[in-house]
Amino acid sequence: MNFTLTQTLVSRLHEAAIPLETREGPPPCLQVAEGQWAKVAQIARQEGLRLVAEWASEENGAFTIHAAYALGAQGYALAATQLGQGVEEFPSLVPHYSVAARMERIIHDFYGLKPLGHPDLRSWIKHDSWPEEAFPLRKDFALNGPLHRHEGSYPFIGTEGEGSYEIPVGPVHAGIIEPGHFRFQVVGEQILNLEERLGYAHKGIEKHFESRDAVSAARMAARSSGDATVAHSWAFCLAAEQAAGRAVSPRAAHLRAVLCERERMANHIGDIGAICNDAAWTFMQMQCQRLREDLARLHHRLFGHRLLMDLVVPGGVTRDLDLDGIARLRDQTQAVAGEMGELFKIYEENTSIRERVIGSGGISTQDAHTLGLLGVVGRSAELDLDARRDAAYSPYDQCPPQVKVCRGGDVSARLWIRFQEIQTSAQLIEKLLVDLPEGGFQEPFQAPAEGSWGFAVVESWRGEIATWIRFGPGGRIQRCYVRDPSMINWLGLELAVREVPVPDFPLNNKSFNCSYSGHDL
Amino acid sequence: MQRILRKIIKVGTVTEPLGRSEQTIEVLGSELDRVIRKRFQKSLAIRQVDAGSCNACELEIHAMNNPYYDLERFGVHFVASPRHADLLLVTGPVSRNMEVALKMTYDAVPNPKMVIAAGDCAVCGGEFGCTYATVGAVSQVIPVDVLIHGCPPTPTDLIRGILMAVGLPE
Repeated sequence: MNFTLTQTLVSRLHEAAIPLETREGPPPCLQVAEGQWAKVAQIARQEGLRLVAEWASEENGAFTIHAAYALGAQGYALAATQLGQGVEEFPSLVPHYSVAARMERIIHDFYGLKPLGHPDLRSWIKHDSWPEEAFPLRKDFALNGPLHRHEGSYPFIGTEGEGSYEIPVGPVHAGIIEPGHFRFQVVGEQILNLEERLGYAHKGIEKHFESRDAVSAARMAARSSGDATVAHSWAFCLAAEQAAGRAVSPRAAHLRAVLCERERMANHIGDIGAICNDAAWTFMQMQCQRLREDLARLHHRLFGHRLLMDLVVPGGVTRDLDLDGIARLRDQTQAVAGEMGELFKIYEENTSIRERVIGSGGISTQDAHTLGLLGVVGRSAELDLDARRDAAYSPYDQCPPQVKVCRGGDVSARLWIRFQEIQTSAQLIEKLLVDLPEGGFQEPFQAPAEGSWGFAVVESWRGEIATWIRFGPGGRIQRCYVRDPSMINWLGLELAVREVPVPDFPLNNKSFNCSYSGHDL
Repeated sequence: MQRILRKIIKVGTVTEPLGRSEQTIEVLGSELDRVIRKRFQKSLAIRQVDAGSCNACELEIHAMNNPYYDLERFGVHFVASPRHADLLLVTGPVSRNMEVALKMTYDAVPNPKMVIAAGDCAVCGGEFGCTYATVGAVSQVIPVDVLIHGCPPTPTDLIRGILMAVGLPE
């Protein structure tokens, strides 16, 4: 992991005469006074840093607010501010980073800490049936604690005026999709505003972590978002291994990357099919579904699980590849990439699908940059971000991917990026398997010392996943925070569909393909 | 167009006979009589409800419609509204925030109706169990006819479970 940015941030804060202490990690963490919390964000914003995440933790009855920043090739920097005993409010970062809005609403929901200056403190994950005084991530709240149901309502943003009306959708959708609620304000067929209401898939994952050791918690991380199970497990394991001060064997790192790139291929292929299907082009859907199934079947044969769940564990991976397995994996990867190349030509020539996707749901580079949109969505709006290259975690430090970006930020751009990334992943898999180092693939995981912490990012197919972990006594997790890319990209969807006709919403929603489960945890 | 036709001809038909299931499927005591089950056999309309899954089950449910499994050949199809459905296919450990929506969806399905709990979470809470955030099993909230185990169940397990629900021979 690359934490070069920490030094840059330290010198900028020195120039601004902001007192701070650096807690040596790894990874290093800048400690600032509570009164300077928003000032740090202001300086970070001026310097063009991206806010990766903001979260809270509790130790000995006092709370700490944490933030992670990033800046391209300089990597990442962590900052924290400790609130005094009995202090239950902190300065909001929203005036500088609008992307912090939902993260702070979650801190408010789960810890009962109030972000001062936050413009919208409606509850977010805690729906209106929850008692207000229940704060599930506080240490005095039990995982199995009973909660009474309350009557309540959620005030949505409304519109008034002749001809405007409202369409409520969900949480049970018309397709095979995760649960969430969308509230559209519409005139004629044009969407004026979309307001998302999420939290329906909240399963208490962060609370679950706190009753487990790293090995058992890895199973929970693997189920943060099932379609990105490899990437979530990997981010969790990297953070835990960093806290323990150990790195996995080169062979294990290569195998993890192979699994992650295969997951990327499978999901990108599935998405291309599904986006085309939402524009009624069944041919592409069927071809892509077939190829995705081919990948799943080989995964089952070689690794024992169609979706590659629970393969990445603290200390390495649970399965090795023999020579025959390597050959099969290489052959199929190249064959599937070849077919996707062929399908790309067909896609490019098909004017009816092009007519639907070009210009639909565009996001400007400026907006994408302001929010810090991630993964395919960010890269389709010219944001040159990829944690594989920027964080340079093993094995990508030896084989950084060629990052493709494009203009437009519309459905067409998001499709194009996916087609390109399938090819990049196939090349990476080939390289990783040809150069697969000899040696072990799994070592027993040594529980880290009490108080040690780790922060890791992994570029999932959806974008950067960030995980922060701190251990308590006996190897148990004291706090583990996960930021799925969907936490940020859901905001992008709200922006993208303004002035899009309602029937094109599914097309746009699919082209973002945010995770509900990953967001709600 | 030529390329599309060439591709379709080259790939041909990949649909295959249904394989064996790897996971346990339990048919619970159902209140439905045999006549109704038999009527469902010809054309079964399913409404899927995600009650807080991690979305792995949804991937495998989607896969049932891919050309290898081609679920529709058995007369089974997914519908967009519970009002059109004969059967609810429910995944997830029933998050607290989905409990009411699940009940309402069940009530919206016309009688006679059936429910399948698909995946370990829906069967018993799975990895998430029963906590402040999750109820833990679909049967705690609505009556369930068939349980399909697995994390997630494979498309073959799911199809077998659906066919068993309507009493079709394996």
